[in-house]
Amino acid sequence: MFKILHKKSLAPMVDEMVIDAPYVARHARAGNFVVLRLHEKGERIPLTIADSDYNNGTITLLFQKVGKTTNELGLTKQGDSIKDIAGPLGHPTPIKKYGHCVLVGGGIGTATLFPILKSLKDADNKTTVILGARTKELLVWEDRFRGYSDELVITTDDGSSGRKGLVTEALKEAIERVSVEIVITVGPIRMMKAVSELTKPYNVKTIVSLNPIMVEGTGMCGACRVNIGTKTRFACIDGPEFDGHEVNFQELENRLNFYKKEEEQSYNLFLRKTKRKVTSNETVM
Amino acid sequence: MKKCLLVTRHKSLVTVFKMRFRNPEKRKNDFKEVSLGLTERQAVKEAGRCLQCKKPHCVAGCPVEIDIPKFISFVKEKDYLGGLRKIREFNMLPAICGRVCPQENQCQGQCILGKKKRPVSIGALERFVADYELTSEKTEIPEIIPPNGHKAAVIGSGPAGLTVAADLAKLGYDITVFEALHEPGGVLTYGIPEFRLPKKIIRKEIEFVKNLGVKIVLNWVVGRTQTVEELFKDGFKAMFIGVGAGSPKYLGIPGENLNNVYFASEFLTRVNLMKAHKFPVYDTPVKKARSVAVIGGGNVAMDSARTALRLGAEKVYIVYRRTEHELPSRHEEVENAKEEGIEFLFLSNPKEIIGDDKAYVKELRCDKMVLCEPDASGRRRPECSGEEFTLDVDQVIMAIGQTSNPILVRSIGGLNLWGEGYIKVDHDGRTNLKGIFAGGDITTGAATVISAMGAGKRAARAIDDYIMGRTVGAIHELPLQ
Ligand SMILES: Cc1cc2nc3c(=O)[nH]c(=O)nc-3n(C[C@H](O)[C@H](O)[C@H](O)COP(=O)(O)OP(=O)(O)OC[C@H]3O[C@@H](n4cnc5c(N)ncnc54)[C@H](O)[C@@H]3O)c2cc1C
Ligand code: FES
Repeated sequence: MFKILHKKSLAPMVDEMVIDAPYVARHARAGNFVVLRLHEKGERIPLTIADSDYNNGTITLLFQKVGKTTNELGLTKQGDSIKDIAGPLGHPTPIKKYGHCVLVGGGIGTATLFPILKSLKDADNKTTVILGARTKELLVWEDRFRGYSDELVITTDDGSSGRKGLVTEALKEAIERVSVEIVITVGPIRMMKAVSELTKPYNVKTIVSLNPIMVEGTGMCGACRVNIGTKTRFACIDGPEFDGHEVNFQELENRLNFYKKEEEQSYNLFLRKTKRKVTSNETVM
Repeated sequence: MKKCLLVTRHKSLVTVFKMRFRNPEKRKNDFKEVSLGLTERQAVKEAGRCLQCKKPHCVAGCPVEIDIPKFISFVKEKDYLGGLRKIREFNMLPAICGRVCPQENQCQGQCILGKKKRPVSIGALERFVADYELTSEKTEIPEIIPPNGHKAAVIGSGPAGLTVAADLAKLGYDITVFEALHEPGGVLTYGIPEFRLPKKIIRKEIEFVKNLGVKIVLNWVVGRTQTVEELFKDGFKAMFIGVGAGSPKYLGIPGENLNNVYFASEFLTRVNLMKAHKFPVYDTPVKKARSVAVIGGGNVAMDSARTALRLGAEKVYIVYRRTEHELPSRHEEVENAKEEGIEFLFLSNPKEIIGDDKAYVKELRCDKMVLCEPDASGRRRPECSGEEFTLDVDQVIMAIGQTSNPILVRSIGGLNLWGEGYIKVDHDGRTNLKGIFAGGDITTGAATVISAMGAGKRAARAIDDYIMGRTVGAIHELPLQ
């Protein structure tokens, strides 16, 4: 059992929780994730370790309430426990002194970027962070990011915060303005795809962090397989980070939609059981 | 010119004793156990057939050398718990082995009676005594062993790991088993389906191991949650690696990543470990299909096919590139699968999975094969006949083998490996690194429950020798004295 020490809401559908998991915290590196199962009947889902505290033995997870499991996780309270957590899993992000790094985050993907940003900064890199969201209140951890970035650009679709427009526009400007060594991007598939397509002609190394469906997360089932430069790789042990210029995003998107019907069924059942009404800003994956 | 044969002879199945099985029409709709085992009367009668050979070949055929005639003599005398105690001197998991061992290639395959008639059904008898304890609730409580003050770690809780743990605990060692998943048992838990090996049997046998004082820590991915060096620092004097070979192999044909193409490992894990057949009561889903092609001919393929059938498929094919004669699966499961209506397509080699415009499986294209004359090694290789055919299926399950579980192996620097990342060991499970032992599928490639247990038994003795200072504890090194 893993105890939830703190829990709070960050944005309308985004929660943050700090969990007591000393052994995971001890080895957690930027880019790692855990697989978690809430209870006996729960599914195993991967969540990025958004932050970890070696001394206190805690990890921080951020999650967006999109389906049954994440909404159920949203109902837990400080002091509750999570049945199973295994990790840290996945390859850590390769951290070294690159020079100028641009980090592009969208939606909940920003949670994954934060530890990467911290480590890159510790390794003496210059950092530009571009965070995109639909609207102002969906932005998370802006202040934390500000503390570690040399330049922070916010873009929103509706212009309610920062620039109005897409992250790719800001990224294009950055690449044309300064010499960028590496772009690291985490967010919705379409965003990562657009970023990878944008950087390709500029020949800028681009790392994406993929989020395929996983089952056990230890390389034993192949559920998380992705197509990288025509080779099949397992995201849980070979990734989750890959060269964005080699990823078959279309296939990934197809595979992510595979259980859509079941996900809706499970979510609706959950809503009926918990007697909650779907509010306007809740969407099923 | 090589001469090729299209037809092959059928394997004789008279070696299988007709146990009681549930009606195929009923059982194919649920996940309850298919084989009902022997009645007491049948068991005593079967035990009476044993010739009690002076030099028993059956024992030589058993990878853990159970004193088979002795345990059978207990059954004949109706002292079932006595029989069980005898087996447990050699094998901690009799209810499991009685159900899943390929007895026809092992003990029963060697039985002298089998030369003329039917061999003694040793596996069924083993299962009978183990089940007798389960139903009679007269659980054998193992003796409390005085601790010897030494700690050893076991990584992976499959049959290899559980055997090492039990054997060392019986010698007084303080044993902790570390398991990556949220349940112990390895393949027994996540791979082999309920209708063949009920989970309550596994739990009960694991309970027995725990009663010996063994601690099992779950959600512990060694190499990640804790490294092997850290375990040594924590005071574990030796390490046994039994992490198995669960990582799926792929065929490398077009269409493998289409929606509704599963690796057997994923398909079975969803159902067995995550209980996806009970979705939405359990949260993990699995896709039910109308028409399913399972590629492969081993136990994994049979288990996948019969699971797909139980999830509601109207038609399930086993697509195998050799003939019935070469099927590596247990005979009993092939028979069970056939009775349940699974269709076997032999000499068929998949070449492409075709998808629809939404990237879902639509068809499987296969080459028709022919078997050639045996080559120098005596094996008959399948070759394309030039003909091909297409199956109308909406799901494909690949069960063509597994390779090493990579996480731990990749995390230990300097460990000698062979093949596709398997650990190199000597006969007793010593690796090239001092104090690190290994056994089971991670050293041999995917094999059997009982061979993993046999490796576990030998490694337990070697670990004891090492910790007690009788040997150095690494491969190719001579005993100290
Ligand atoms: C579907 C299926 C059906 C089968 N049917 C039969 C049959 O009928 N008869 C038969 O004899 N054999 C059968 N087999 C083969 C048999 O199950 C295996 O040979 C046997 O289980 C191998 O045992 P093991 O202990 O080596 O490994 P496993 O049973 O694979 O156990 C390894 C364990 O180690 C854990 N692990 C992996 N990495 C780590 C890590 N880093 N840290 C901690 N834990 C880790 C895994 O999670 C797993 O639980 C079947 C296999 C499958 C897949
Ligand atoms: S989640 Fe099972 S192999 Fe990656």
